[in-house]
Amino acid sequence: MDLSAISPTLLVASLMVAATPILLAAIGELVVEKSGVLNLGVEGMMIMGAISGFAAAVLTGSPMVGFLCAALGGAALSMIFAILTQYFLSNQVATGLALTLFGLGLSAMLGQSYVGIKPPVSAKLELSLISDIPVMGPILFSHDFTVYAALALVAGVWWFLKYTRGGLILRAVGESHDAAHALGYKVVRVRILAIMFGGACAGLGGAALSLVRVPQWTEGMTAGSGWIALAIVVFASWKPARVLLGAYLFGGVAVLQLNLQAAGVSIPVEYLSMSPYLITIIVLVVMSANRSKSALNAPAALGRVFHASR
Amino acid sequence: MSKTLLHLNGLTKTYPGVIANDDVSFDIAAGEIHALLGENGAGKSTLVKMIYGLVRPDHGTMQMEGVSFVPAEPRAARAVGVAMVFQHFSLFEALSVAENIALGMENPPKANALSARITEVSQSYGLPLDPERLVGDLSAGERQRVEIIRCLLQEPKLLIMDEPTSVLTPQEVTTLFTTLRKLKDEGTSILYISHKLEEIRALCETATILRGGKKVATCDPREKSARDLAEMMVGGKLNLAESKETTLGEVVLEISDLSLPPQSAFGTSLRNISLRLHRGEILGIGGVAGNGQDELLACMSGEVITTAEAIQLNGLSLGHMSPNERRTLGVLAAPEERLGHAAAPDMSLTENAMLTAMTRKSLSKSGFLDWPRAKDFAEQVIKKFDVRTPGPQSAARSLSGGNLQKFVIGREVLQDPSVLIVNQPTWGVDAAAAADIRQALLDLAAKGASVIVISQDLDELMEISTSFAALNAGRLSAARPMAELSLDEIGLLLGGADAAA
Repeated sequence: MDLSAISPTLLVASLMVAATPILLAAIGELVVEKSGVLNLGVEGMMIMGAISGFAAAVLTGSPMVGFLCAALGGAALSMIFAILTQYFLSNQVATGLALTLFGLGLSAMLGQSYVGIKPPVSAKLELSLISDIPVMGPILFSHDFTVYAALALVAGVWWFLKYTRGGLILRAVGESHDAAHALGYKVVRVRILAIMFGGACAGLGGAALSLVRVPQWTEGMTAGSGWIALAIVVFASWKPARVLLGAYLFGGVAVLQLNLQAAGVSIPVEYLSMSPYLITIIVLVVMSANRSKSALNAPAALGRVFHASR
Repeated sequence: MSKTLLHLNGLTKTYPGVIANDDVSFDIAAGEIHALLGENGAGKSTLVKMIYGLVRPDHGTMQMEGVSFVPAEPRAARAVGVAMVFQHFSLFEALSVAENIALGMENPPKANALSARITEVSQSYGLPLDPERLVGDLSAGERQRVEIIRCLLQEPKLLIMDEPTSVLTPQEVTTLFTTLRKLKDEGTSILYISHKLEEIRALCETATILRGGKKVATCDPREKSARDLAEMMVGGKLNLAESKETTLGEVVLEISDLSLPPQSAFGTSLRNISLRLHRGEILGIGGVAGNGQDELLACMSGEVITTAEAIQLNGLSLGHMSPNERRTLGVLAAPEERLGHAAAPDMSLTENAMLTAMTRKSLSKSGFLDWPRAKDFAEQVIKKFDVRTPGPQSAARSLSGGNLQKFVIGREVLQDPSVLIVNQPTWGVDAAAAADIRQALLDLAAKGASVIVISQDLDELMEISTSFAALNAGRLSAARPMAELSLDEIGLLLGGADAAA
């Protein structure tokens, strides 16, 4: 066992990369849940984004087109959820679970001819001077653009929810759809837009996995990231800044686990691979033990079906 | 004679199976307070929803200041100066006062400027309000202020108020009336929906009465007696509940020093509640919703377990017992929320009868449910309490509010309770059904049972209770005989004047 082989600088730098897919998916789901909709299909939308992004990038040779198609793929899958839950008033939990299973199956079918291919490399920030600064350089200035895009998105969502009228309306719809409807806001439209945003973010998260993090396509490659993203939203008590914290925490555990394995720590691999999930469960239990505080920030209409006649 | 502000002509709205409004026409003059009277289901809500653009009429036209007015959505109605204060508040608990108000405005100013305007307007109308507070922390009266100020900031020509006083204390009602009269003097018309006749006679110059979706009359309520108005609403003679003289017996139920921490983020704690309930007594517990009514009922029914000694029935401690153990002893309860708390919405009336009456009516035999007996019992409730329903196989959800309430109360009354606790027994129930329910409670007490009625409706408590206590911020005042109390004293009790006692 040689723990000194683990460099803290590289650890932080790599956890930022590792956390980006779940961060993207989680910030999207946060917006969806703030509008009062519980979409459990994050995993399915992520993997759809992963394969659509991967396929588009391979076909066109451009990672940017890949990311665009990933967002579209995720959003397209989320539209199924949106139509079923908002127009046909289906149960959100069941529909979300179905969406995950459907996404996993469809992506496996679409991805059959892409197994084992290398995608085009997406551009990295290379600022010869700044990126070479010790410690700060590798951590802050040496990533590919998805890391920065995800950070910008978190800041954008925070600003949108806190300072804009659109954000206020979104929160109002998630708080009480009946009251929002009585004031004349289009509850269904707001929610569909939020669901599509969530789908696009999950798709981007999937592409960050298949085009940057891994980078290649394997069936079922999201391997539970979507569920972690859902857990992070609750862990963060629906606050964007805490989503960032949560995602980096979980990303950190995942990376540390790999590093510990590499350093030859004599713990069976399985324990280490399950540690992020164990920590998710522990954090969720701790969070929900303090019922009043976390519940205060939960959107009051979360998961409830809205029908205008009532 | 002032000119007409809003002219309604032949408004008709049909829902599947119901004609909510049938050819309703009347005028609202500029600067008048116009009452809209009617029982539940008379079509008042549908009518104002059409004016506010939430519902589109099937036939008929509206004219605002002589111009055709067809609001497709509330935004369009607000644009021409129609504002509305809702019966069930359209507020967002987790948002601040300022955010709530901004949501109701078309072009809200910047946050700072808005807060300043809110403070300014709220001061000038005598409705003080702090823009930064969370609505979830406000009392019902304060929440209504938020709604009113939200409307006032848009300088409306017509302000619609749907049952504004049902959740207010008498003092708050006085404040509200002062504000409304001030608005009227400034030229704002007010469409005031209520079924409280005395209020309407005190406040309004014109009243339009609806019954079964049709307009019955437009009259000056000050020239009519409350009884005349009520009979126009009901369309027949009104039976008021009659109380029989009862003498109080020995103490049956005693609660001593009961305290309970809040059960949720916006919940109320109960603080040192003590009361003594005598045989044959109807104790009315007044107070605005959210002051601990639900919590108190939960403690007494057994939904929330307390220390054993806190609640005693004839000297037997039962604070630690489950609802079914308490039912066996004769302590029954009917909570406020009909659908989902007092009754399971998707279950039939037979099944709902089984749920609470199983122990006392022995509806089970050696662990198996005896459905024929449950059905008999449900039929008995339906018959005795005149519940209008096709039969005991109907789902609870399919009954109207008043009918389901009669069933819920009847189900408990017919189990021969020694103590019955009801919360808001006539909330949202029409006048005839409310009178029946009150009569049933009086009869029950006359037979020697003890009843606790938790209600926000003071008229109701004054009509049926023998003693009165007020619940304010989780504290219960000492109970006093109803006959000794004046309306002012009751108001002070509700405001917490007695909280130290």
